[in-house]
Amino acid sequence: MIELINIRKVYNAGKPNEFVAIEGVSLGIESRKATVLKGPSGSGKTTLLSMIGCMARPTAGRIMLHDREITSLPERFLTEIRRAGFGFIFQQFNLIKGVSALENVMLPAYPAGERHGPLRKRALHLLDLLGLSHKASSKTEWLSGGEAQRVAISRALINNPSVVIADEPTAHLDTHLSHEFMDIMARLKAEGKTIIMASHDPIVYEAGAVDRVVDMRDGQVVGTGGNP
Amino acid sequence: MGLIEKQQNIIDFTLSSLLRRKGKNAALVVVYAVVVFTVSGVVFFTRSIQEEASIVLKHAPEMMVQRLIAGRHDLIPLSYIETIKQIRGVQDVKARLWGYYFDPTNGANYTLIADEAFAHGDGNIVIGRGVERNLPSSVGGTMPFKAYDGSYVFLKMKEVLPSESELVSADLIMLSVNDFRRLFGVPGNQATDLVLSVKNSRELSTIAAKILTLLPDTRPITREEILRTYDAVFSWRGGMMIVILSGAVMAFVILAWDKATGLSAEEKREIGILKAVGWETSDILLMKFWEGAAISLSSFLLGVGAAYLHVYLASSALFEPALKGWSVLYPHFRLTPFVNAYQVATLFFLTVVPYTVATIVPSWRAATVDPDAVMRS
Repeated sequence: MIELINIRKVYNAGKPNEFVAIEGVSLGIESRKATVLKGPSGSGKTTLLSMIGCMARPTAGRIMLHDREITSLPERFLTEIRRAGFGFIFQQFNLIKGVSALENVMLPAYPAGERHGPLRKRALHLLDLLGLSHKASSKTEWLSGGEAQRVAISRALINNPSVVIADEPTAHLDTHLSHEFMDIMARLKAEGKTIIMASHDPIVYEAGAVDRVVDMRDGQVVGTGGNP
Repeated sequence: MGLIEKQQNIIDFTLSSLLRRKGKNAALVVVYAVVVFTVSGVVFFTRSIQEEASIVLKHAPEMMVQRLIAGRHDLIPLSYIETIKQIRGVQDVKARLWGYYFDPTNGANYTLIADEAFAHGDGNIVIGRGVERNLPSSVGGTMPFKAYDGSYVFLKMKEVLPSESELVSADLIMLSVNDFRRLFGVPGNQATDLVLSVKNSRELSTIAAKILTLLPDTRPITREEILRTYDAVFSWRGGMMIVILSGAVMAFVILAWDKATGLSAEEKREIGILKAVGWETSDILLMKFWEGAAISLSSFLLGVGAAYLHVYLASSALFEPALKGWSVLYPHFRLTPFVNAYQVATLFFLTVVPYTVATIVPSWRAATVDPDAVMRS
């Protein structure tokens, strides 16, 4: 269970370009469910996602992860929680160019100090699960959009996180690939992972696997509801 | 979860990351190695020259006395020998006859030294390797000299000096005292300079002062003063050295500065991605440290190795014309390697450490950004 209590996030505080991205958001996100943050661009979805994923701290308010307050933890601990507990799928995929798909998948596990052999095996297994084992040694810039995203998904799963966070995951995919992506998310949810996505794509928020849609606008939650 | 495995993983990624920009990094290593090569070449070369010089000068007289007229070196009367011998502490005083001879046929300058104890007698000479290389004939042949009065003197070559002493003997011609006087018209009661040995070397400065009082038109020069001159010429502050060194250091500063300021947008993006997927700031600095260390260490080893080969095996072919003096007859010799740990450590700290630091600083700045920067970009 992730709980956000009265979250406020201000960028460039005290400067002329001060900008309030999130204002007074309180929200509970259930474990092992798929939640979608829905709203137009600039509504604060990505900011909220990055705070849930321990990438940024709120300016005010508290975030509880399994009843543990994480907002005040030092960077090192936040990084550890982020690495072990969260897998990220970014809108731009954010793969490292010039190195192989396999190495990209293994990257989040490197600082944990795992032995190279077993880690490589696990990464190959993940690529295999997503039908990409034949592309393991390909450089990421040679991959198609769909393939790149599946590498990004494999990378998100390498540390076996309990929460998968995806920011506008279908923004660069066609309809077919978008449905395929949602199928993968459904599979992960069935395996017991918590899925949190930010999207304004109906293919995402209307998908059968989605349990809850949180409507956002202007940095605030304007409504929540489950899928029919 | 092992610390060693973590290092291995990060080094692994660093290497594959470096291999991505093979051309750029190879060029960087080459330029960097050239800079290290220049600096360490100069250091090796000058250090060895200094060592050679001090070995040669170890056998040099403790003090020389020259006569000066109008501030210039002039022939010294042999009568001065007796005056100097009177000074307490002076063991022995000898006259020396030496000079330079310009050979217009070869455009070369030879150093001529006459010795009372010259074994081959009048009419004969012993020559250095450099002189021999310049002549059509060798031992057994004759060498013509144009004397001070325009007449020609023919001297027979009896021996060639061994090549081990070539640094000092390349342009050397040894001959008898009589032949020397005949060639240059030096009167029988005069010599080029005097050399003296003393009983106690700590009294050298007192003796020098006494000589100056007794013979005000002379200049005593001690061996230490000559060594100091060599030091001044060949130490890092001396002439050519400072020019080459400052050039190399400037090149290095530009290289390091480029590295310190020029973290590309792509590199910044990658650092952001690594942070977002769970790398700590310290992990990224570790990676950048290994990256800097890999580049600077390989350049250092390459540069120092090449400099060693160049100075000690290739006889400093590239520095030779600039650093081995003004003579037409460059000595062909191999310097004996005088490389100590202190020198290598100095070179290491002057090149590897600043570069590695220069690569870490900008990465540290980039690595301290919030990981969510990647999501917002």
